Amino acid sequence: MAALLEVRNLKTTFQTAGGLVRAVNGVSWDIQEGETVALVGESGCGKSVSALSVMQLVAPPAGRIEGGEILFKGRDLLKLTDEEMRHVRGREIAMIFQEPMTSLNPVLTIGRQLTEGLEIHLNMTPEQSRARAIELLAMVGIPDPERRLAQYPHHFSGGMRQRMMIAMALACNPSLILADEPTTALDVTIQAQILELMRDLSRRLGVAMLIITHNLGVVARYADRVNVMYAGRIIERATAAALYANPRHPYTLGLLRSVPRLDEPRRARLAPIEGQPPDLTRLPRGCAFAPRCAYRVERCDEPPPLEPVGAADHLAACWEAARLMKEVAA
Amino acid sequence: MTTPALRATPPRGGGETTPVLLEVSDLVKHFAVGGGFLGRAEGLVRAIDGVSFAIHRGETLGLVGESGCGKTTTGRCILQLERPTSGRIAFEGAELTALSQDELRGVRRRMQVIFQDPYSSLNPRMTVGQILEEPIKVHSIVPDQAARAARIRELLTQVGLHSQHADRYPHQLSGGQRQRVGIARALAMEPSLIVCDEPVSALDVSIQAQIINLLEELQTRLGLTYLFIAHDLSVVRHISDRVAVMYLGKIVELADRQALYEDPLHPYTRALLSAVPIPDPQLEARRERVVLRGEVPSALNPPSGCVFHPRCPIAIDRCSAEIPPLREIKPGHWAACHLA
Repeated sequence: MAALLEVRNLKTTFQTAGGLVRAVNGVSWDIQEGETVALVGESGCGKSVSALSVMQLVAPPAGRIEGGEILFKGRDLLKLTDEEMRHVRGREIAMIFQEPMTSLNPVLTIGRQLTEGLEIHLNMTPEQSRARAIELLAMVGIPDPERRLAQYPHHFSGGMRQRMMIAMALACNPSLILADEPTTALDVTIQAQILELMRDLSRRLGVAMLIITHNLGVVARYADRVNVMYAGRIIERATAAALYANPRHPYTLGLLRSVPRLDEPRRARLAPIEGQPPDLTRLPRGCAFAPRCAYRVERCDEPPPLEPVGAADHLAACWEAARLMKEVAA
Repeated sequence: MTTPALRATPPRGGGETTPVLLEVSDLVKHFAVGGGFLGRAEGLVRAIDGVSFAIHRGETLGLVGESGCGKTTTGRCILQLERPTSGRIAFEGAELTALSQDELRGVRRRMQVIFQDPYSSLNPRMTVGQILEEPIKVHSIVPDQAARAARIRELLTQVGLHSQHADRYPHQLSGGQRQRVGIARALAMEPSLIVCDEPVSALDVSIQAQIINLLEELQTRLGLTYLFIAHDLSVVRHISDRVAVMYLGKIVELADRQALYEDPLHPYTRALLSAVPIPDPQLEARRERVVLRGEVPSALNPPSGCVFHPRCPIAIDRCSAEIPPLREIKPGHWAACHLA
């Protein structure tokens, strides 16, 4: 079966005063129909820029998609005209952002922000779009939707705003939603509510989802497959179950070991990853994680390919992945 | 009503706990919400509504809760960055609420703060050396200039930076390094108490562990006492000796770390713990989750009775009528719930 979205060798750069930042440095990933895939990594690893590149929301002239293909239902989005791309955005692929307050228009009513897309993309009449807006608000669990339509974003709490963002994303029945840190700005009890809601809706409506997050815990419960990014590259990809049970890249292992966990006995000391993430304007030719890596060998000066290790669907970009795999299992 | 300050229970076997360094009693902070016609106050935000606890010398007390629960305001009242509406704060034997601004100056040296955001809490126009030198100079801790330079080098080493970092500006440092500077600045004053207000939540996961380890090392080496304010329950469990859970301006549960995490007595604590995602898909699939209904009510108009009752999965009629006091349910384990 062909993938719903397939990103091939994507390269996105930003021209800055400090030099050329290779934010996304040749990454390939895909999402099947109805699947939930995660992009995980720390700030600056290129996870958000990957999603913005799919939507072609990388701001020129500083930002530029330098190469690669973004195949959505077989069409390369990078070859579309601006006009054609506008029909994809919101209609076929929708996006949910981290900070709902800054992504909603403060001077438009909730109703208007929901109906605008429906009228533009689906040619609905005002009556039809209003009925659909009420349906959407009810679907995302906003009580009293008819009254809510006349309100403004500042009347909504953070959790309600994120529900509203989800309603907007679902408005035109897209087949894919890109969610960029959808719950990071929310409190932990509200996070749980929103994540459960997103999972229920994606299952019920068959929408595929890309969840972008820095929180490995969030991903464990909600993603089918996980891509771990570091310094603009994917360094490990596996099913969620395999990734957590048997990480095969030293960075993934380090991330998992550095966070204290509620389900484990308390340790006397945490095991941090030493050092700092690299400067994206001066990336080494070889593995970008090598300077912080406990498994480093001489060969790490050469860039390691993302290859299957141990299983066909478990990929890691590390020369020493086989050694690490044995050690973790032991 | 005065609680006996919720001190730690002495360890079994007749041993004694260390003396109390800070004791907060019935602390209340209300903010008037103005902006109405002719600037008349329109309402009262009950940010803290009767909070009591004690911190012993050398101890870390974790203070957890969601945004708006009053945990940061509690920290700011202790530091006297906010004057409390009522209540008492005894620190090293002095009653802070009775002190004048001048008298406070000396006390402030002994209690320092580390802020959440290392980007906005350092002056971008000062070098790291200047940032560290200023408080030492102002408080005449080290009057001699050469000795000051040596002290700055020592502080930088203590927090895992190099002496060359003294000439850098904050923008030349990474987030983790900036937080190290924030810690060095707090240490410069030779405090006994440090209020850590979400010190790692703005940092990347791989850097968080570095900073937490550093805070623990410094505590052991310098005998520091921490009030550790955070929303991340996993981090709080790791670093705290005792933990207080706040909800809407009140402490709902306070206990030793182990008791709180293994045997939570308040339904809010249970819900919070069950909402924390765990990086293990198999475990997550089996896990029961208490998803709380609704959202935190406004502190402008808190619910009657127990402030948690509208969201509580086990609430009974009594909960909306009667405020549950914080009671000692087991030795050293306090909870404010009629049903605990």
